[in-house]
Amino acid sequence: MTKRTQKQAGASEGRNLPFLYRHYSHEQLRDALRKMHLIRQFEEGAEESYMRGLVHGTMHLSIGQEASAVGICMGLGNEDQITSTHRGHGHCIAKGAEVKRMFAEFFGKTTGYCRGRGGSMHIADVSTGNLGANGIVGGGIPIAVGAALTASKMKTGKVVVSFFGDGANNEGAFHEALNMASVWKLPVIFVCENNQYGMSTSVERSTAVKDIAERAAAYSMPGVIVDGNVLSEVSEAAHAAIERARAGEGPTLIECKTYRHRGHSKSDRNRYRTKEEIEEWKNSRDPIALFEAELLEFGVIDDDGIAEIRAGVEQEIAAGIAFAKESPSPEIANLEKYVYTEQA
Amino acid sequence: MAAAEETPTRELTYAQAIQEAMAIAMERDDRVFLMGEDIGVYGGAFQVTGDLVERFGPERVMDTPISELGGAGVAVGAAVTGMRPIFEFQFSDFATLAMEQIVNQAAKMRYMLGGAVSVPVVMRFPAGSGTGAAAQHSQSLEAWLGHVPGLKVVQPATPHDAKGLLLAAVEDPDPVMIFEHKLLYKTKGPVPEGYYTTPIGKAEIRRSGSALTLVATSIMVHKALEAAEKLAQEGIEIEVVDLRCIRPMDRKTVIASVCKTSKLLCVYEGVKTLGVGAEISAMIAESDAFDYLDAPIVRLGGAETPIPYNPELEKATVPQVDDIISAARDLVMGAR
Amino acid sequence: MPVEVILPKVDMDMATGQISSWSVAEGDAVKKGDVLFEIETDKAAMEIEAPESGTLRHVTGKAGVDIPVGEVVAWIYREGEAVDSAPEPAAAAADTQQDKADAADAKLQPQPASSPTTAAPSKAAAESGAVRATPLARRKARELGIDLAEVAGSGPRGRIVKADLDAFSAENTAAATAVAAPGTVTEGAEDPGTASSDAAKVLDLFQEGTYELRRHDSMRRTIARRLTEAKSTVPHFYLTLDCAIDALLALRKELNAAAPLLSDHSTPAYKLSVNDFIIKAHAMALADIAEANVSWTQDAMVLHQQVDVGVAVSIPGGLITPIVRRAEQKSLSAISNEVKDLAGRARERKLKTLEFQGGTTAVSNLGMFGIQNFSAVVNPPHATILAVGAGQERAVAKNGKICAATMMSVTLSTDHRAVDGALAAELLASFQRLIENPLRLLV
Repeated sequence: MTKRTQKQAGASEGRNLPFLYRHYSHEQLRDALRKMHLIRQFEEGAEESYMRGLVHGTMHLSIGQEASAVGICMGLGNEDQITSTHRGHGHCIAKGAEVKRMFAEFFGKTTGYCRGRGGSMHIADVSTGNLGANGIVGGGIPIAVGAALTASKMKTGKVVVSFFGDGANNEGAFHEALNMASVWKLPVIFVCENNQYGMSTSVERSTAVKDIAERAAAYSMPGVIVDGNVLSEVSEAAHAAIERARAGEGPTLIECKTYRHRGHSKSDRNRYRTKEEIEEWKNSRDPIALFEAELLEFGVIDDDGIAEIRAGVEQEIAAGIAFAKESPSPEIANLEKYVYTEQA
Repeated sequence: MAAAEETPTRELTYAQAIQEAMAIAMERDDRVFLMGEDIGVYGGAFQVTGDLVERFGPERVMDTPISELGGAGVAVGAAVTGMRPIFEFQFSDFATLAMEQIVNQAAKMRYMLGGAVSVPVVMRFPAGSGTGAAAQHSQSLEAWLGHVPGLKVVQPATPHDAKGLLLAAVEDPDPVMIFEHKLLYKTKGPVPEGYYTTPIGKAEIRRSGSALTLVATSIMVHKALEAAEKLAQEGIEIEVVDLRCIRPMDRKTVIASVCKTSKLLCVYEGVKTLGVGAEISAMIAESDAFDYLDAPIVRLGGAETPIPYNPELEKATVPQVDDIISAARDLVMGAR
Repeated sequence: MPVEVILPKVDMDMATGQISSWSVAEGDAVKKGDVLFEIETDKAAMEIEAPESGTLRHVTGKAGVDIPVGEVVAWIYREGEAVDSAPEPAAAAADTQQDKADAADAKLQPQPASSPTTAAPSKAAAESGAVRATPLARRKARELGIDLAEVAGSGPRGRIVKADLDAFSAENTAAATAVAAPGTVTEGAEDPGTASSDAAKVLDLFQEGTYELRRHDSMRRTIARRLTEAKSTVPHFYLTLDCAIDALLALRKELNAAAPLLSDHSTPAYKLSVNDFIIKAHAMALADIAEANVSWTQDAMVLHQQVDVGVAVSIPGGLITPIVRRAEQKSLSAISNEVKDLAGRARERKLKTLEFQGGTTAVSNLGMFGIQNFSAVVNPPHATILAVGAGQERAVAKNGKICAATMMSVTLSTDHRAVDGALAAELLASFQRLIENPLRLLV
């Protein structure tokens, strides 16, 4: 591979550049890349820790879907809120969580975001607006609408994003929540990360409409389809939806077409899809590779800059795992703590 | 906190007491609002919200679509993010549609997130039989929710407690499920004016006696008191404990009473098997009160059947005053 | 509905009984109170009376076979009552009242706790050996050291409830834990020395901090009550006699040396104590002077036909007096082994009520403490009690010469209402003859 260097500044200032490059500074763009790498390496680190027996239970990896998480969240402020899914590590990091406390949670430690009570499937960082991953498909969608109701009632100006997968679009909660959000014109954005399979069942086999975004018409809201692996496309759609929400015009449904490189969970044997299909997505449609190529093309970064980001992320991941390992486990005596709110 | 002694008290119906509590809660706290099906201009299926929409407007007395799962989830989301929603189910039976949000989300969010959030949502469930509404509108499902750590489940029996427990529930940082018996809505009782709360998790001894401890919930408290009155004429003085709250359960009061009387009769409308009485019985069997038992524990609960339509069948499904009298008498006389 | 005639429980630990003979036969007319049949128990025969007047029918209780307590043995049909096939016993029907629907009928007629048809333990309980009792009854039984097998349950299917234990301990335990005498405790009787005003008066006499208080247990209270009652209602008189026991000691040595070994080849089959000889001699003397083997009651003198000797056993916190029954007929080794067993179980508080209830006399021996002589308190229904002192080598005059002999003083306390002075003297003299000629104890 020939070494690429940053192009002359100014190349990215052209009027025909995609939305992302017009709207964000180079520093913000480089940070977006760093976040995508952080998500990727976090999940790889988690996967390795899992294989070493350091992580209990199972986990659902979003490797290959990083552009969706980062593209949506980079348009949100710290105060804005999200609800996430069982495949929620990316959302959590994209919204601003620290990987060391996420690792600690995966390792079941008291320094984890959920003090060892939640694990991968309930990862949350309320301080950065993440109301939590959810083990129930579609479980977070009505909650996001409720959070948006609060924003509306309290006039906080916050918007709420509800991430969910293609599988959730066939849950009643999805339909009830979209309907209410639309009826009440709430500042909420429904982001469907369509990675093509609900566990093993493909969208074609499970869903009556061709594109999930078509569902939006039933609830009288915009339905937008984007290439979920192209950060710029995701970001542009998110930006429009966020503006609409903040303006009090109501919700939007964004469908990010994407793909998960890994199986549904750690017990997936990938029998429902071909190796060729997986390789195709990995090799020619990887969101990080696509974004890096764009950044290089538009002169936002060079190979050294990318290498520097990767190295920095590697360090952060190693430090995060070390922190998690060293952290204390919860006391059995505190088993029942946090079931109810402690009252004086 | 009990009402101050000088607070004037007047007779209100159970429904009026709840409505007054909701009005007071909304006046005291801007974060409080009501959600539910047909609770606005219609006034609620049982006229509990009544004309509150006229006083507080449709923003705070929100009609929802017929979407129990979504509605409950919205209430949970609003609660987590700082509001104090009171969500009315039209019938407690419809809780089955919202179980996911109640059981998986409301009850567990605080725990799953290691204490990072609280879920101060209040849900109201008109429950129970006796209205001829048959199998899908007459159930007593409180034990279902009582089984879930993270929830608090109360069953006020009097207008006084209906108001006090609702105000306590709104104040409570955790999800509180209130089961209101539909036949109680029109019953009257003294209710103090103004703001007061009735402690959640505290039973109330409604009548003192030494022959038997009768632990009852909801409408069964009234049937038990009627039975106690008749038994007293026979010289049998039973103690009637109104449990008021099934989670958390006031074990102390029940255990102390059973230690005193040596006999326990549980009376509840929910299906007998695996119901509230099963928990009370097991709790007593495991407690210090075991050594004080001088007769088997007896449960009177709902029949092992859906609630039937025919009024005579419907009556036969749940314990009646005569059933309570017979069971109590048998226990006291040593015939059981 | 005809009236059922059941085989009643007439003895504490009775699960089954035998009818020894019917006094009436199928088809006979009976009047309420007539003797229907006799039950044989290990203690006595008991006549069972007709519960109702009418005609005896469906006699199923056969003489000479074991019949569970509570089982119907016949029915009495009142005059004009149609005779059908044998009706279902009421008690059996109660067992099938399991579910709500069936129970509804039963609820209309609650069975009072004292109902005689439910007063006996069930057949099932009796056969399995398990006792049906409530947790409270079990707890109380543990606290009072009562064997539940001894208690009649008044609840359904013979379940023992707290009230049964209250009744039982009032009637039996009180008597049992005192020295030997059964008797009814007067309801509300004040415990001597335990009234609170009395306590205050006593404590006033001592400086605070110079004593500690130990609460009375039920045994202590019973002893206090029973002995106060005995000493203040029984007119006592006392006779003392010295017995030479050298011959007895020699015989004892010889017999113990000759004891065969048990199957383990090391334990002797018996080891006789001096007290075993005394029990045997006292029993034989009472059998001989049968007029002294009596109990006083207001209406009549009870003339006993066997000698049941209470043996005072000191146990921690008090004493208890198990009974060696028919001691006059038992061999020394039998008495010896029985006393060892009873005393052992008395110290563990594992005696059955029957084992310390009744008796016709008692022996109390403080010889092991070197006591020369003392006077014991008679415990009704006993008319006598023999207080035994230590065997001591004393200088005695024999045929004009002073010589050494092992002497033992005994004092007989006597209830003067039942036994007069001369009769008591005769009894004691008989005892002395037996003790001093111990070979007579062997025949």
